[in-house]
Amino acid sequence: MSDLQQLATTFSWLSLLQFGGTNTVIPEMHRQAVDVFHWMDARTFANLFALAQLAPGPNLMIVSLVGWHVAGLAGLAVATVATVGPPCLMAFAASRLMKRAGQSKWLLIVKDGLVPVAIGMILASGAVMVESSNPDALGIAITVGATLFVAFTDFNLLWALGAAVGLGLLFR
Amino acid sequence: MGGEVEPPKAAPSRTELFLTYARIGLLGFGGVAPWARQVIVEEKRWLDDREYAALLGVGQVIPGANTVNSSVMIGDRFHGTAGALVAVLGIVGAPVLALIGIALLYDRIANLPGVGAAMAAGAAAAAGLVIGTAIKLARRIKPNAAAIAIGLAAFAAVGVLHLSMVWAILVLGPVSIATVWWQRR
Repeated sequence: MSDLQQLATTFSWLSLLQFGGTNTVIPEMHRQAVDVFHWMDARTFANLFALAQLAPGPNLMIVSLVGWHVAGLAGLAVATVATVGPPCLMAFAASRLMKRAGQSKWLLIVKDGLVPVAIGMILASGAVMVESSNPDALGIAITVGATLFVAFTDFNLLWALGAAVGLGLLFR
Repeated sequence: MGGEVEPPKAAPSRTELFLTYARIGLLGFGGVAPWARQVIVEEKRWLDDREYAALLGVGQVIPGANTVNSSVMIGDRFHGTAGALVAVLGIVGAPVLALIGIALLYDRIANLPGVGAAMAAGAAAAAGLVIGTAIKLARRIKPNAAAIAIGLAAFAAVGVLHLSMVWAILVLGPVSIATVWWQRR
């Protein structure tokens, strides 16, 4: 198999496991990239992960970087599309099914039933972010402040982010 | 502000759909979920909190980033297949282009004084944005006691006990749907 074929197959099956986003498959991605296909060593993977954290966007940027590392811009494109494509096709199918079902009673029950699960998962992903950043007192204060700011005001989120970066630069 | 009392704006054009999702992607330091809700619900008023949360619910049971999945559904809602494509292209494509730039400059950026401190503070804020967005969505939807219990169970299973998200969804999804059905019987 060529590098591009390896990227396409590996990332498209990984994409079907990533419930809640790409972060849930990072350990398996690491295993595939480092141990199975020997695309890179563990240190390179860690560096790419750090770089992905620095960049804005959905948390699948690590995939694009792995693809780029393996096969240049073509690799980046193949890995990204393989990761985004299958879930997006499923979301598209779901969208069409919902259009067809219209305002059916059953669809409303399913939709309303899934809402609390989704909100609980968003909350959980925030908790995991706190834990993995291993915060000091200033970090915890920033997280609490940002939480209250978003939960109880409608101001633009950039204020919270900007204030946090300012505090970080001032006090560290 | 106070988006819920103002009338919804007209459906966006394809260009606006693309540019809006590109902006959501490019703003999404530490994750795009908080930005997607703020821009779609409060700023553009394409959907209200209740409709947006319903799409997130469906997006949650599909693999992949929930915000990307809901971008497909919102794009499809306004402009069919083309809308779905431009929305995904915006929310994924624009950050990928930015990523290439950041990667090329990485060595220079990473060694600048203050970048480490700014990054750590930004990550702490990003976590707060995500938690605050979950709280705000919950407040706006006004869930009943059963929905609150299921939301907290989902949070505890994945966020505290670190159980697999797949199992949490497979168990709590049907439980929650059955509860809604039973309450509406």
